[in-house]
Amino acid sequence: MIPAVGLTAVLAVSLLTLGIGVFGVRVARTTSDFYVASRSVGPVVNASAISGEYLSAASFLGAAGLILAHGADALWYPVGWTAGYLVLLVLVAAPLRRSGAYTLSDFAELRLESRAARKVSSVVVALIGVLYLLPQFQGAGITLRTLVGAPSWTGSVLVAGVVLVIVLSGGMRSITVTQAFQYWLKLTALIVPAAVLLVHWHREGRTTSQELRVSDWVEPMQGEHATYLIYSLILATFLGTMGLPHVVARFYTNVDGRAARRTTLGVLGLLSAFYLIPTVYGVLGRLYSFHLVADGRTDAVVLELPSDVLHGFGADLLTGLLGAGAFAAFLSTSSGLAVSVAGVLSQDVLRGGSDPVRDFRRATALVVSLTLVLLAVSSGVPVARAVELAFAVAASTFCPLLLLGIWWRGLTAPGAIAGLVVGGGACTAAVVVALAGYEAPGLAGPLLAQPAAWTMPLSLFVMIGVSLATAGRRPASVMRTMVRLHTPEHLDVDRGTFDPERTVHPGESTARRDLR
Amino acid sequence: MTTPSDRVRVQRRRSAAADVAAMSQEIDSQSMLGEALLRSLMRAQLRLAAVVLALLAMTLGSLPLLFDVVPQIRRLHVFGIPLPWLLLGVLVYPVLLGLGWFYVRYAERIDAGFVRLVDRPEK
Repeated sequence: MIPAVGLTAVLAVSLLTLGIGVFGVRVARTTSDFYVASRSVGPVVNASAISGEYLSAASFLGAAGLILAHGADALWYPVGWTAGYLVLLVLVAAPLRRSGAYTLSDFAELRLESRAARKVSSVVVALIGVLYLLPQFQGAGITLRTLVGAPSWTGSVLVAGVVLVIVLSGGMRSITVTQAFQYWLKLTALIVPAAVLLVHWHREGRTTSQELRVSDWVEPMQGEHATYLIYSLILATFLGTMGLPHVVARFYTNVDGRAARRTTLGVLGLLSAFYLIPTVYGVLGRLYSFHLVADGRTDAVVLELPSDVLHGFGADLLTGLLGAGAFAAFLSTSSGLAVSVAGVLSQDVLRGGSDPVRDFRRATALVVSLTLVLLAVSSGVPVARAVELAFAVAASTFCPLLLLGIWWRGLTAPGAIAGLVVGGGACTAAVVVALAGYEAPGLAGPLLAQPAAWTMPLSLFVMIGVSLATAGRRPASVMRTMVRLHTPEHLDVDRGTFDPERTVHPGESTARRDLR
Repeated sequence: MTTPSDRVRVQRRRSAAADVAAMSQEIDSQSMLGEALLRSLMRAQLRLAAVVLALLAMTLGSLPLLFDVVPQIRRLHVFGIPLPWLLLGVLVYPVLLGLGWFYVRYAERIDAGFVRLVDRPEK
């Protein structure tokens, strides 16, 4: 393995992303307004952009790693990450777009008419953001170590640094086309090596192997409490997708509710195509890179497989391509997340000074450094597992908020806040235990390892119960809000005064937010 | 120059426009009729969502239970590929896409029906 190829690929992607982040924003701002620009693109580009921002380290590296290690049961991870968009499509896509909310905090304020609900939502956004950033930084460490043998922390710090620069210079998330390009880059970077390796494997005729015949790898439902663990994973991923901060923001760039639905259908198609491939790496990894299982480094299988199968410059080229794709995944997801989280945090939580720019910078620095600290103290759970824990928190907080907020006019601000605090608190406690590597004895073990199956219903019932108890505090214009969420846009009806165009998108912290 | 037939058309348009105003005003003023209209729209959309989610639960959602109750399925092979891998690695994706397509098609029909009801097109 020649480190030069991999290093070049990583540096090229980092510099390219930095360049687009720093200079591209200026170009985009001078040529056309962000909203106008993003609204002139169709569902295909929009769906590519959503997929591009969504496919993170967990999808690119983690899924294949878990399939290599755990076999059939790990196939539920990519399935859940795709099915989450179907649930999002049928329950929230069109109403969320029609709400005009740019962030989940916007939605909370619009629907609940409460600044307090907005602030609590912002804290939860930050929490999910940090949990989701953690595996991105971790993946970067693994990638750099595999490519050039550098210690893990260098990759994490490199990505953290690039993200800081991108976010502080204005953010690259605003450019829909860039994120759309990221999807096709990641797909190409994953599919080309997979095709080459499959052809090689076919020619070699190595169809059977001891490692492939192990029944506890080939057959699903392995281990104790498998049924609970898998259903909890299904609940977390199916319901958590709608509560991810960087996903919501992307929905805003659809023309209307109808386009939001069609875009989501497109996302389903693009993700389905992408998630066919990690299985190939997992299975081929079982044949050629089994040593990673013994070493406990299964997250590196996508990157190491080419050099385990082939030799010479060809293998280096494929590894370089995969490294570039992986870094594209970390950078696009991380910067998108960091911008949404820092924006929300600086506007609603940290805001103290008279200088919003300084608040925004402080928030960004806080989010990134908090993630690095968490990474240092966490016990190195697999990348896909760590991401799934963020999904569990999203499913236990924003999923019930969105479901009840959109479909039930009885939801009140106290109810929503109570649910966010109780469900989010319980789930976060479990996630912290899981990240610390503690395995509780007895029944508590699976309940803490996969908390969504009990924390999501808990949050839902607390929201319903407290809302019923505080029925007198239903928002004054809840009917108007329901008209806004559910009627097609071209109908000429009164939708209330909440104006998304007047709200500032989180990257542009220089202007004051004027919601009401 | 105004011919008699032109005049008739203009009058018809006016009465259609008056209808539109009346129906959307029912919604704006949150009258009984306006609320009933909105409620019927939300109910129709939620019912469609429930149908799609039920189909999702019966297909993907039932797989772990199926593997649990009928362990033989875990060991079945189809064309040399273990059935669970074929199901979870490949076949679930067309199912998800099909459900999504079905949902979008009918959700747009419900929306269009609501628009026809509230915003009667000119005839």
